Amino acid sequence: MKRRDFLGVLGAGGLLAISPTLAMAAAPSGAASERFRRLLILVELKGGNDGLNTIVPYADPAYYALRPQLGIRPENLIRLDDRVGLNKALSPLMPLWEGGQMAVVQGLGYPQPNLSHFRSIEIWDTASRSNQYLDAGWVTRMLASNPVPPAFMADALIVGSSDLGPLAGGARAVTLAVNGDFERQARLAALASRPGGGALAHVLKVEADVSHAAQSLGNADSLRIALKTEFPVHEFGRTCRTACETLARSSGVAVMRLTIGSFDTHQNQMGRHTALLTQLSEGLSSVKSALVELGRWDDSMIMTYSEFGRRPRENQSAGTDHGTVAPHFVMGGKVRGGLYGQTPTLDRLDETDNLPWQIDFRQMYATVLERWWQLPSQDLLGGKFQSLNIV
Amino acid sequence: MTRRMLQMAYASLLALTFVGPVPAIAAGMGTADAFHLLGRTGFTPPPDEILQYAALSREAAVDQLLARVNTRPVTAYPASVIDAAGRPQTQLNEAERRDFVADQRFRTYDLRAWWLGEMLQTPSPLTERMTLFWHNHFVSSEQKVRLVSLMRDQNQLFRENAVGNFGNLLHAASKDPAMVIYLDAATNRKERPNENFAREVMELFTLGEGHYSEQDIKEAARAFTGWSIDRRNGSFIYRPGLHDDGEKSIFGKTGNFDGDDVLNLLLARKETSEFLVAKLWREFVSPQPDRAEVERIATILRDRQYEMKPALRALFLSKAFWDADNRAALVKSPTELVVGSLRALQISVPDPSPFIRTLKVLGQELFAPPNVKGWPGNDAWINASTLLERKQFLDRLARAEEFGSAAQPQARRMGMNGPPERASAPVADDQVIRQRSAFVMEKTEALRQRTQVALRDIRLEPQSWNQSLARSGLDMRNALLATAPVAQASMDAQPGLRAVLLDAAYQVK
Repeated sequence: MKRRDFLGVLGAGGLLAISPTLAMAAAPSGAASERFRRLLILVELKGGNDGLNTIVPYADPAYYALRPQLGIRPENLIRLDDRVGLNKALSPLMPLWEGGQMAVVQGLGYPQPNLSHFRSIEIWDTASRSNQYLDAGWVTRMLASNPVPPAFMADALIVGSSDLGPLAGGARAVTLAVNGDFERQARLAALASRPGGGALAHVLKVEADVSHAAQSLGNADSLRIALKTEFPVHEFGRTCRTACETLARSSGVAVMRLTIGSFDTHQNQMGRHTALLTQLSEGLSSVKSALVELGRWDDSMIMTYSEFGRRPRENQSAGTDHGTVAPHFVMGGKVRGGLYGQTPTLDRLDETDNLPWQIDFRQMYATVLERWWQLPSQDLLGGKFQSLNIV
Repeated sequence: MTRRMLQMAYASLLALTFVGPVPAIAAGMGTADAFHLLGRTGFTPPPDEILQYAALSREAAVDQLLARVNTRPVTAYPASVIDAAGRPQTQLNEAERRDFVADQRFRTYDLRAWWLGEMLQTPSPLTERMTLFWHNHFVSSEQKVRLVSLMRDQNQLFRENAVGNFGNLLHAASKDPAMVIYLDAATNRKERPNENFAREVMELFTLGEGHYSEQDIKEAARAFTGWSIDRRNGSFIYRPGLHDDGEKSIFGKTGNFDGDDVLNLLLARKETSEFLVAKLWREFVSPQPDRAEVERIATILRDRQYEMKPALRALFLSKAFWDADNRAALVKSPTELVVGSLRALQISVPDPSPFIRTLKVLGQELFAPPNVKGWPGNDAWINASTLLERKQFLDRLARAEEFGSAAQPQARRMGMNGPPERASAPVADDQVIRQRSAFVMEKTEALRQRTQVALRDIRLEPQSWNQSLARSGLDMRNALLATAPVAQASMDAQPGLRAVLLDAAYQVK
């Protein structure tokens, strides 16, 4: 969808841009209200997470042959089944696994993989083909034809990264730094006294979105729900805390996106990877706890993603290089936990010595669009992708 | 009359002054047109420059701008950029290699500071705008190229050919070492390298998507055989032994073509001239190119063998360029916002390095476009995050400017979006250098001190600017905005500088 049309759909340049108070007072559209009761929380593992040391195929001797230094021994894993084990750093997530609320989707990738960070994350963010360049993020496209209720603070809340990722290209996304001074900064956004045309209309629309979001947060101060959940003090923990506290005060968002990284472990991987997985699992545990407090756990779906996995064979610097395929996690009150997809076999690598993909990542998006938000996914994803039975 | 009615009357008066030409000086185009021309083809002009061009006719002004284009920079490279190594040294151990990489990063920082300085000092902003345009067309990024000397040389290639001959530039850029390394790394061309190169040249540099067939690509790929590079420093090597000497059929023409022939065949296609002119239209005129006009100007481009000057002249003198509907129709890029503000307010910046981080935060890191397609630009520059960052930069600028050099604490924060320690780290996020060597620590400390000095040396002369403004007879809004302001605060009889800079209208050109 061209950006111009998208702006039209959101009512840019019209009354909405000038009086956000009017927008907040408008009655929410029934369908949108119902649909976006359900929250999607995307967690980007920036830099390419090493899936093989996250969900470890301990029963495959090739794994230890390829990773004499980095291979994790079975005794240091939490056995998930007779083929794979979970990296122990993720043990805070075990209650979710045991409660059947955590799914692990194996073998996620796409055809003709690109091993460049920028290009590959762009492919994941825009749900494009490997040789296709799209401008708008996949979530933005969804929002363009299915706007959130007017009362919502914004379309999305982004914490810990200034790039919009799946929300690029026109979505109303509020970006918060981890020690969020959004409200202070947002005071610089002024409301227009006259409408503008063309480029100015776009600037004014964004300015109005910011004002709307800031106002929404400001008004909710008195309704502040003090969360009892304790959040870890490390950086991802603070990201989670900022996100959850803002969510608690906001009048609603459809999507939250958190970022943790960098997983780009070309050298001396073990220590850093363990630390990051620890941060990830502790942070997500606290997010779950906060969502339960807010009564939203059953309406939330947390999904991790990353631009690629890492190469099966370790490199000369006790690290791993860019790979292709990796497993990812989906968690939530309504998620059907368990292992999905097939455990990769390491004797069948492609020409670049990487794992061939099994499940196209767009199937995950199809799952979210169709099963979580009850939307047809084919047009939004540029093709038919089979959803997974995760919700 | 109530105050509100007065304000509305004043606002409509302002709106009027922006709509039509102000017949201030006989035969000249007037200040509104001059502001528009200079802002669009260069950076936001200071009051004196607006007046100077206001006295000229549109044709005379455009001719003057084109005549002033340079092929060489006016500022000198710093030593660190001049003596940057041309190739990574062999036989480095782990620690040495890390230091080499870090060294390149620090030199890249210097190269960025240099280019910003060139943009601030140049008497020909059009030269730098076109250099930046080519940087965004023949995209390479230091994040893949990793050798400052190559990025420096490529930048000069663009400057030399800024308003030169596109055919020459195409040939040179296709073999440019930075380009070759970048395309190889950025697009993962392990299988079928020549085919992928042919596709890139067609899709990105010449025809644009959809104007070639897969067969054209396959045949062009055969013509490019023999083109290869030394992967480490990117020098172009032609290997005749690898060249496919047979007959190829491309775009309906048959012959024993080599790579250079293919480039010439591409230049002969009218789609190439139209693709380029449409891009120039979106850069200088409006977001929606006029089909008929693009064809007209593309014909001029082809008729003049791809000389850029006549085509740019036609573009800048087209009806659409001056059309009222196309005023304030484009969003300023981060570079235009930062450089333009500093130039317009006549702020003296001996070392612009503190603004490197500003540009990065606003989404335009020089020498590092996000992907092969470059920065999409225009509306894409503005989202909730970048808009606030842009306004924060302007807010600090305005407050520093309003208080003058008496308020050094404000000046110190001006242009930066974070404490000096964060601003001075040129090492990329994904290259965390675990063991910070003595070399890296020393360089980082030197950089921190440099930033402090740079900020201290920024000269704010609000008196001087106000006098310049008064001499010009311009209202502050006419001197800084491409269209009437939209916020109430800037509609007052005497708005402060801050109100004008923070008005949404300041974001567009």
